[in-house]
Amino acid sequence: MPSYLTNLFGRSPIKPLQEHMVKVQACVEQLKPLFEAVIANDQDAVAKVRQKIAQMENDADSLKWELRYHLPTGLFMPVDRRDLLDILMMQDKIANQTKDIAGLILGRRMKLPEKMHKLITKFGKRSIDASSQALKIVKELDELVETGFRGVEVERVQDMISELNAIESDTDKIQVELRDILFELEDDLRPTDVMFTYQLIEGIGKVADLAQRVGSRLQLLLAR
Amino acid sequence: MTDFNIYLLLAGAFGLFMAWGIGANDVANAMATSVGSKALTVKKAIIIAAIFEFAGAYLAGGQVTSTIRKGIVDSSYFVSDPDLLIFGMLAALLASGMWLLIASRNGWPVSTTHTIVGAVVGFAAVGVSMEAVNWDRVGTIVLSWVVSPLLAGTISFWIFRSIQRLILDTPQPLHNARKYGPFYIFAVTFILSLLTIKKGLKHLDLDISAGDAFLVAVGMASVIAIVGILLIRRVKVDPEADRDFHYASVERVFAVLMIFTASAMAFAHGSNDVANAVGPVAAVVSTVTNGGVLQESPLPAWVLLLGGGGIVIGLATYGFRVMRTIGEKITALTPSRGFAAELSAASTVVLASFTGLPVSTTHTLVGAVLGVGIARGIAALNMRVVGNIFMSWVVTLPAGAFMAILFFYMLKGMFGS
Repeated sequence: MPSYLTNLFGRSPIKPLQEHMVKVQACVEQLKPLFEAVIANDQDAVAKVRQKIAQMENDADSLKWELRYHLPTGLFMPVDRRDLLDILMMQDKIANQTKDIAGLILGRRMKLPEKMHKLITKFGKRSIDASSQALKIVKELDELVETGFRGVEVERVQDMISELNAIESDTDKIQVELRDILFELEDDLRPTDVMFTYQLIEGIGKVADLAQRVGSRLQLLLAR
Repeated sequence: MTDFNIYLLLAGAFGLFMAWGIGANDVANAMATSVGSKALTVKKAIIIAAIFEFAGAYLAGGQVTSTIRKGIVDSSYFVSDPDLLIFGMLAALLASGMWLLIASRNGWPVSTTHTIVGAVVGFAAVGVSMEAVNWDRVGTIVLSWVVSPLLAGTISFWIFRSIQRLILDTPQPLHNARKYGPFYIFAVTFILSLLTIKKGLKHLDLDISAGDAFLVAVGMASVIAIVGILLIRRVKVDPEADRDFHYASVERVFAVLMIFTASAMAFAHGSNDVANAVGPVAAVVSTVTNGGVLQESPLPAWVLLLGGGGIVIGLATYGFRVMRTIGEKITALTPSRGFAAELSAASTVVLASFTGLPVSTTHTLVGAVLGVGIARGIAALNMRVVGNIFMSWVVTLPAGAFMAILFFYMLKGMFGS
């Protein structure tokens, strides 16, 4: 039974966007077992985790395509279509980045110097924190729509974004520390390994960086 | 004179059929926002619709019925030959009924109001004379089709902003929802009762002064607001649901408020859509019973009763199914938005009813929903619907007119001398 009213309501992109981020977060959380495997120097475990990450990244990808497909122009939304697609893209990049990290570790059969173990575990944990905070923020989109992007809810989300920024700068510090440690050890390691370890550090740092960018995209929505 | 009884019978039957059609199809649109937002079950929506559609048609439908009966056509053209008016109005009823049947069979969303107006204008302009149509009045009516969704949108925008300001965007939305909810109920009831007492009860021959009307409206509104307070008190907080969605309990308060706006919506729909469907019946009845066209003849109250009754039958036989289907499809509307949209649509339509303007309740409701959307309150709205609304005018008006002209000549050939 068609009527103006049934045609009037489009499919909300909010839920699919959140589902996508949930998938991305599940993917990022695999960094923990990944680093555990690296530290334990267990190549089989690394391969398994990488396989899992690739699968999750793939799932997130299909969610991304589905959302894009169901977001026709001519929808009137409280959020700009472009901003929404940008957030989606950033979220997706987080999963891609995670996959790249796993790929690098597996491909190079990477071992990490013992002096880095403690800090790399913390690095991984904080990166997961950053992504999880981004997920928390994306999950507030329901509430933001409910309140019409105004008032107390906006302040709450602003605070959550500040928290995300704090986590990200935390990861920046860890990154610097890790590089210092690596620099000290450089002469005792194989130069190619050193090169790729720097690359790994940078790669992990990028996860939090992208998570932060999800947050700042969302902040743009608040400002409109 | 035997012919005249046939006319009465036909008018009654066609009118009942129209009202049945409205109950079966159109009412669902007015009530679906409440069903879709889960504020009401289909069963409750049917009960509310039956009571308030009937009340709206009977208490507040007079002006719109008059417009269809004698506002669009110029009665002076029918004084010498009152049969023409009877044939025309019967043709208009038949045409509207047929067109609505065809449209709903094919799944085209069309409006009863536009069909009826198109049909009446059609038979008068082509069947009688271009000058037999009161074009100024028709112009005003067409203008009101643009104005009513715009007005409803503006009102709902501001109602929604006030809900944000007072309730949603505060640190204690639940507390404030409970606090301010009854005031909204008071406001709806006050406006509707005041308008009804002042404008609607004319045909019931009650003589109420302006001061009394005000007092009665305040009294009514207070009683209903107290009922609202009691119902709101019964709303339970669900911490589980609130953790998932922080505004779950707040929305439950709005679901209670929506019982009242749904009633207002049904009342508004009855006062306008039902009234314009039975307008032609009223024209036939008064011509037949008076034995001619009189400029100032009272509206027979039983015609409105017929409309109200037909709606209830339509609801009971078919309408509940349509309501369920439409309700299932518009779950995107939460009670707070549905409340703002219904409140403004109902007020706009009732206002139009008392000005005697036949407007489309559904289009007005669409305008109201868009108003909430502009306040950034709804996740995704399909703007193509606005274009479809314009398209439906372009199709419905000539279709109604064409069929009315056809039936007019048929009836004239069958019964005319």
